[in-house]
Amino acid sequence: MTIGVLALQGGFQSHLTMLEQLGVDAIPVRYAQQLADCAGLILPGGESTTMTRLLESEGLWAPVASFVKSHPVFGTCAGAILLSKDARDERVKPFGVLDMVAERNAYGRQVDSFSAPLDLCGIGAKEYTAVFIRAPQLTHTSESVDILATENGKPVLVRQGMALAATFHPELTADPAIHRYFIESVVPNQKTIADKKVVAHV
Amino acid sequence: MEKGSFEVKVGLAEMLKGGVIMDVTTVEQAKIAEDAGASAVMALERIPADIRKDGGVARMSDPKLVKDIQKAVSIPVMAKCRIGHFVEAQILESLEIDFIDESEVLTPADEENHIWKQDFKTPFVCGATCLAEALRRIGEGAAMIRTKGEAGTGDIVEAVRHIRTIVNEMKNLTQLGQDQLMSEAKRMGAPFHLVEQVAKTGKLPVPNFSAGGIATPADAALVMQLGAEAVFVGSGIFKSDDPAKRAKAIVQAATYYQDGKKLAEISYGLGPAMRGMDVKDLSDDERLADRGW
Repeated sequence: MTIGVLALQGGFQSHLTMLEQLGVDAIPVRYAQQLADCAGLILPGGESTTMTRLLESEGLWAPVASFVKSHPVFGTCAGAILLSKDARDERVKPFGVLDMVAERNAYGRQVDSFSAPLDLCGIGAKEYTAVFIRAPQLTHTSESVDILATENGKPVLVRQGMALAATFHPELTADPAIHRYFIESVVPNQKTIADKKVVAHV
Repeated sequence: MEKGSFEVKVGLAEMLKGGVIMDVTTVEQAKIAEDAGASAVMALERIPADIRKDGGVARMSDPKLVKDIQKAVSIPVMAKCRIGHFVEAQILESLEIDFIDESEVLTPADEENHIWKQDFKTPFVCGATCLAEALRRIGEGAAMIRTKGEAGTGDIVEAVRHIRTIVNEMKNLTQLGQDQLMSEAKRMGAPFHLVEQVAKTGKLPVPNFSAGGIATPADAALVMQLGAEAVFVGSGIFKSDDPAKRAKAIVQAATYYQDGKKLAEISYGLGPAMRGMDVKDLSDDERLADRGW
């Protein structure tokens, strides 16, 4: 099984390193034809405007959109924005696989970036500290979006069927718990999970 | 919740990898840069080529320019302060600038001391010509290192020298035994714990970018193949004939830096690059890389 990491811009190398640590074959994806080799895809953090431009100029937007609608996918920060149905910003063109709005830079500028402890017991992680960098906030999450973790009452890790999204950067934390969850719980069960109706907690 | 930790500062540098940070002097240029796919912009009153031409003392930008550019774009906005001018840095921090470049492009304010960057919550990027200089800056708290190529020349030779030097020196460090590291740290004039860390990992503890003299997509791809993780482009874009097209091309080159065929497509019909100047024609006084240590 190979997991692709979209490698147009941003923190893709840290995702590749983390997948390798978990013993998963991982490849940087820069060309549409590489998607055929991937069982799932990670959309990393970075700038969602830059990624939108490159997805469009390289003819990648449509192939990636079609891939993320039919395969397991994990978006972090800018990647979460691209998985949402609405980024409230015409400069960004999201794929719409998660039924929610992702508001860019909702905490403010870098001076408001932060790290904070998260309760991730639900996915088997203890004493987890998450790093939020110019992070988005997820709003208008529909009831089909399952909220797996919150920070200060706001959803920060969510899942809808085969799509997982974090507003923070699990690839920058030493603990690979969330990548393991993606590999062990989202990727292999794609069929059954996709059919299951999940009710939101918040 | 913790703000301004080293981890959070380096986090933003990590997110800028694989991208292009562009110098802009107006709101209009900032929008062109964002639209072309820049991952950040550097708000400046004059681009380095003009600073060279005009002479005089080059200082931090007017806060009004910084604010106007912050309002115009959604990507991170950086700004430069003079080497050692910690008050300019305090002002930029209060403006909520996303990254401060303590830059040799501006006229140095202190010939002895760089800014003690650990006192700030805002991340800093600093230039370095070699590994020892990079580790001194990281020791002071820099969250990103960039080469100190000769800004405003359009000549890539110095940036290449710096990235090759840093990469080679890191490789050499990994060959040394633990018993040799203290002596090596003394010889380099760099903090021991950072020397030890590089010897163990073979890489800098912060992202390593390239700046200075990048004028074409091929220049960007060259420094990235040599080990730079992203590029800064200053005069190269807005001193060229078609800035929007060149900006977009350099953004593409930072992604497809290993693909010669793609780079040919990207470079096709771009029009003239900035005319530039040969670094060998600069007098010692005109060399910016010698500012700071």
